[in-house]
Amino acid sequence: MSLVRVDHVSFGYTANRRILDDVSLDIAQGDTIGLVGESGSGKTTLLRLLLGLARPDSGTITFDGKPLEPGNGAFMREFRRQAQVVFQDPYSSLDPRQTIQSIIAEPLRSLKIAGDHAKMVGNALDAVGLDRDVGTRFPHQFSGGQRQRIAIARAIVPGPRLLLADEAVSALDLTTRIRIVDLLAGLSKTMSLLFVSHDIGVVAALCRRIVILEKGRIVEAGDTAAVLANPQHPYTQRLLASVPRLNLNEVSS
Amino acid sequence: MSSATMTAPADKKSHSLALMAGILLVGLHVAIGLLTLVWLPYDPTAMAGGRLEGPSLLHWLGTDRLGRDLFTQMMIGSRIALIVGVGAVAIGAVIGVTLGLLAAFASKWLDDALAATLDILIAFPTLLIAMLVVAASDTANLWSAIVALGIALSAIVARLTRILAKRVLVMDYITAARTSGSSWPKIVAIHILPNIWPTLSVNFALQFGLAVIAEASLSYLGLGAPPPNASWGRILQEAQGTVYTAPLGAIAPGIALVSLAIGVNLLADGLRDAIDPTRRAR
Repeated sequence: MSLVRVDHVSFGYTANRRILDDVSLDIAQGDTIGLVGESGSGKTTLLRLLLGLARPDSGTITFDGKPLEPGNGAFMREFRRQAQVVFQDPYSSLDPRQTIQSIIAEPLRSLKIAGDHAKMVGNALDAVGLDRDVGTRFPHQFSGGQRQRIAIARAIVPGPRLLLADEAVSALDLTTRIRIVDLLAGLSKTMSLLFVSHDIGVVAALCRRIVILEKGRIVEAGDTAAVLANPQHPYTQRLLASVPRLNLNEVSS
Repeated sequence: MSSATMTAPADKKSHSLALMAGILLVGLHVAIGLLTLVWLPYDPTAMAGGRLEGPSLLHWLGTDRLGRDLFTQMMIGSRIALIVGVGAVAIGAVIGVTLGLLAAFASKWLDDALAATLDILIAFPTLLIAMLVVAASDTANLWSAIVALGIALSAIVARLTRILAKRVLVMDYITAARTSGSSWPKIVAIHILPNIWPTLSVNFALQFGLAVIAEASLSYLGLGAPPPNASWGRILQEAQGTVYTAPLGAIAPGIALVSLAIGVNLLADGLRDAIDPTRRAR
């Protein structure tokens, strides 16, 4: 059963330029999807629509069979509990003036989720591999990778069914990136994951399915292994060809 | 980050020194201002000695050209300066922050209109606007001067608030707050105001000094508090004719003005650093 259904969605910030053009996409329960495209292809815009931060000009987005209505407070509260997001820049996604405890507990407070918030925050910190006692500290006391873990903890604390990751590892250095990808891979066993990235390599490692977006249109979609082994669309072929490879022959000569 | 950590202890020390100096200077003026409510060395409106006497044990700063005790007037001046500074900055802050936030959230054309209006207002000197407001109100008194200065200052606060709030609004943590289900009023209270406050508070301190000086100018022009409200500006004005024979009447208000302005700035800087988590040690 599909958790999210994007049905013929189009969107533009101005009338004459479309960012998204007739995009359709299904995210099944438990699915791991990589949404790949270059800068400006409309990935982040699609994510904003999926989060209910903007409305599509045409087409519909449904979550769990119900249409996303940013105006419907009760529905959006339940939706926000079930769909959370991790951003690209771990330096701008955490409020510098709040403690880690307060940052991670914000969804619990704002969505009025019942329970022992301190304990839930502690569990979330466990899940992302951070010490429980970091709660009293502030974001500037952490490295980029640790901050991204904190951001992930905030996203998973309300117990979402869908995690949207917007270039969530792109700003990290290579070894940190691998650890965060591992963390996301572990989380994807318990929730659906839409992983937005321009990095095909990371998507190949993490995602079962892949969707290729070019200039606001989906040009190719399918099982990651199949698509990468035999790309049909010229754009996909170009994307694959542009992945930097370490040519050992050239290095040694 | 590492260099910041290394210099942190020295910074911290100078920060707390500045804070202490600020507390002392402002505290002195506050203490004097409060004292005037219950006790004064002399009746500020009566002749207490001869005209234009020099400093003596009886009259620490001497007397003015009407024989009134200058030190008594200076004490009252402290109270008036504090009332003017706090009052004008409070009015300017409430109006300015509200307008600035409104502009930051407004649709493009409303934001443009507000920004243009603010720019025009700021192009006029604060004093000129204040004079206009005072002139428009029937009676020139201390309160009309405070309201006038508050309104004049609010344009500067509004423009600063607008820019700072816009800078915070594009941060991912604002979007994260929205996807966390926080309402806009809550986001303003929890995320925007705390993040723009450090810059705003330092600006308020500068404006406090501006307001006190502007009030002195208004008084000097006869548009401020009428006698017997001995504001520093009025003392200065009354002393200007005799500045060569009794220079203390002009020097004392100047020193008082500067000491209060510096004190408030040190206090604001110190408080900002004291509450800023990013300036605390790891």
